[in-house]
Amino acid sequence: MREEYAARLHAPNMRHIFICGGTGCHATGSIAVKDRLVEEVAARGLGETVRIVETGCNGFCALGPLLLVHPDNIFYQKLSADDIPELVEEQLVHGRQVERLLYRDPQTKKPIPHFGDIPFFARQQPWTLRNKGIINPESIEDYIGRDGYLGTAKALLELTPESIVQEMLTSGLRGRGGAGFPTGMKWQFAQRSPGDVKYVLCNADEGDPGAFMDRSILEADPHAVLEGMIIAARAINAHQGYIYCRSEYPLAVRRVQIAIDQARALGLLGRDILGSGFDFDVEIYQGAGAFVCGEETALMRSIEGKRGMPRPRPPFPAHKGLWEKPTILNNVETLANVAQIMINGGAWYASVGTEKSKGTKVFALSGDVNNIGLVEVPMGTPLRSIVYDIGGGIPKKRKLKAVQLGGPSGGCIPEAHLDVVVDYEEIAKVGAIMGSGGAIVMDDRTCMVDMARFFLDFIQDESCGKCTPCREGTRRQLELLEKICAGNGEEGDIALLEELSAMITESALCGLGQTASNPVLSALRYFRDEFDAHITHKKCPAKRCAALLDFTVNAEKCKKCGKCYQTCPVQAIAWQKKEVAVINRDICVRCMSCFEACPFDAID
Amino acid sequence: MSCCNHTHGVAVGCCGTAETASEITPDQWAEVHAVIARHKDTPGALITVLREAQDVVGYFPPELLDCIAEGMNIPASDVFGVVSFYSLFSLSPKGRHTIKVCTGTACYVKGIREVINRIASEYGIREGETTEDRRFDLEGVRCLGACGLAPVMVVGDDTHGAVSADKVLELLKKYT
Ligand SMILES: Cc1cc2nc3c(=O)[nH]c(=O)nc-3n(C[C@H](O)[C@H](O)[C@H](O)COP(=O)(O)O)c2cc1C
Ligand code: FES
Ligand code: FES
Repeated sequence: MREEYAARLHAPNMRHIFICGGTGCHATGSIAVKDRLVEEVAARGLGETVRIVETGCNGFCALGPLLLVHPDNIFYQKLSADDIPELVEEQLVHGRQVERLLYRDPQTKKPIPHFGDIPFFARQQPWTLRNKGIINPESIEDYIGRDGYLGTAKALLELTPESIVQEMLTSGLRGRGGAGFPTGMKWQFAQRSPGDVKYVLCNADEGDPGAFMDRSILEADPHAVLEGMIIAARAINAHQGYIYCRSEYPLAVRRVQIAIDQARALGLLGRDILGSGFDFDVEIYQGAGAFVCGEETALMRSIEGKRGMPRPRPPFPAHKGLWEKPTILNNVETLANVAQIMINGGAWYASVGTEKSKGTKVFALSGDVNNIGLVEVPMGTPLRSIVYDIGGGIPKKRKLKAVQLGGPSGGCIPEAHLDVVVDYEEIAKVGAIMGSGGAIVMDDRTCMVDMARFFLDFIQDESCGKCTPCREGTRRQLELLEKICAGNGEEGDIALLEELSAMITESALCGLGQTASNPVLSALRYFRDEFDAHITHKKCPAKRCAALLDFTVNAEKCKKCGKCYQTCPVQAIAWQKKEVAVINRDICVRCMSCFEACPFDAID
Repeated sequence: MSCCNHTHGVAVGCCGTAETASEITPDQWAEVHAVIARHKDTPGALITVLREAQDVVGYFPPELLDCIAEGMNIPASDVFGVVSFYSLFSLSPKGRHTIKVCTGTACYVKGIREVINRIASEYGIREGETTEDRRFDLEGVRCLGACGLAPVMVVGDDTHGAVSADKVLELLKKYT
């Protein structure tokens, strides 16, 4: 069966058009592009030789809607439905490229037609994302054609539960959800826990702002995650699994449900999987929007239908988890690696990476960087290479200030430490964490005091309120930072922030509170001068904190273009052609519109 | 079969309370009861029931919470505890169009704050509020998972990427 499906994927006389149907491309209009494509192909009678496939996220979301023509491997970007007739005529009928729709190198402006030559893709190593953009996530046949369910078959028919765990230990795979705990060890604990009823859970809550790899994996390759769960279940002898997915991800929920139904229909879920005598089934559980529910004990409470409150550990979930039964919880990305490890062996996986961090890691690269999207690199890759070689550097020739890694539990890595390599321990050394892999690039217009305030605001919003240090302590920290941003900072505020941080870190109940101060501490570590500027000199060097801005037009920099005049929503700006604009500060509401609009940084 | 062995006339609520002020229609009650009946024997299904019930009614007036508590055989205080914990659930009526602005890090760095300010000043609402004519709800969401398109805003079911303070009002015009 696999050969047949594989043959379909590689049929020599067929053209395949992989059009991205990820959330990002849907938002930019890929459905209309696809409809038009289907129409055009039919109208020209090309139906026999052209196969149109709607895939999950291709990874280069910022360029959507995008598509790939296979086997020529031509990459087209930023399409609209109106581009399609020309594209079909030129590319499919005559085999000529449509130059204006090709990707262009941001520096040289030269078009790069071949997918594999685009630096964003060329320097990646797609293991976890091996199927993204080239299979139809709603077709189990496509998946099987790409070695799908081979890992499951091997684990269920050839390996013992002990040897599954052994392969996982050998692979060195560590949890991709944040903490980086060795997956094999987690499974081993649960395997050794006595009990007839056990559970396997998949954490698809993806609460970290700036992270979207789990969403993309679920939307692009849902079967890979199911396989990971089946193999985990076999390892610990569980018969029921749940995927805890946030309700903000409707497309992911839909595609996973389709995958579950298809797997059941083929006997890959349910009773007696592949004739192995092993039973396992999976259900989706939709979350209801609470960041703390990504924390493992809170997540289990939530599946039980209660408020998602964390509880102290031990007992660890491997002994007492969901409904007090032994449970393993793994992240989406973690699980998506498992089947490949079964097929190729743990040693294969461990052959890539650093001493303590093995394999590859997916990053969601966003913020002030040219190539925004999903990036998968071997562990050990320097962060600088991710930002510059793959990410294409900072737009508008601005300077990089920091890369924020690890979300609200993480920290920022300043330019000076950008050569740090992707490795759990190395990243921790410079004061951030790998976290789930959200990498947000910030240029010199970002105010680090404001960012620290932003993260505490997040934590305050999302704290479940069960323990006092987290509930009250972070509120005090937030108040202090708000005060500093508003220009009312006093001497001693920084010391107080540090004192509070130490206290909260030590006494909070769960990971949320224990790590809540990290963004503040890391900002203080590398950008203390910015705090001083706010407190002592009442200045915001990055010009982000409105209260500390003057809102005057710098006559030297002003090029008299009138952009500020046009954008001001309250008509506070006077401007005439060939004149420097003037801001009337009595009318100005400090909304920053003019500041954002000015192409010459002429607003002070 | 209904959740709590009461019949539901137009004026009589789930649990016998007079319901003249209720905005829940008999059809909606019937759907809610179907939801409860479908899940009442599944342990831990409360959040699922709440989610589906909110899809039917739009929010949780007190009589709906009472009905769910009784139907699921869970103390009303526990049900309220769950509803107030999760941001998905709303205790007050919603507008016709929910504007979810992403307040995650990537969107913040790319300027969502200015977008929110513009919406707030145009329609006179803050985050978490509904316009007086119930046209819009403004909701802040912590990362929509579409950071590649930051700053991101979702109106109803439509995701809009790369929104700017400049263009956002134009974009909202078609939602009436
Ligand atoms: C406050 C908090 C939020 C978390 N959110 C997530 C999340 O959204 N997704 C996730 O996979 N892990 C999250 N985690 C980590 C999980 O608790 C858990 O460690 C992880 O899902 C285990 O899977 P892994 O070993 O495969 O990484 C969170 C932890 C904390 C403390
Ligand atoms: S959604 Fe199309 S590339 Fe990500
Ligand atoms: S930060 Fe806005 S979508 Fe992720």
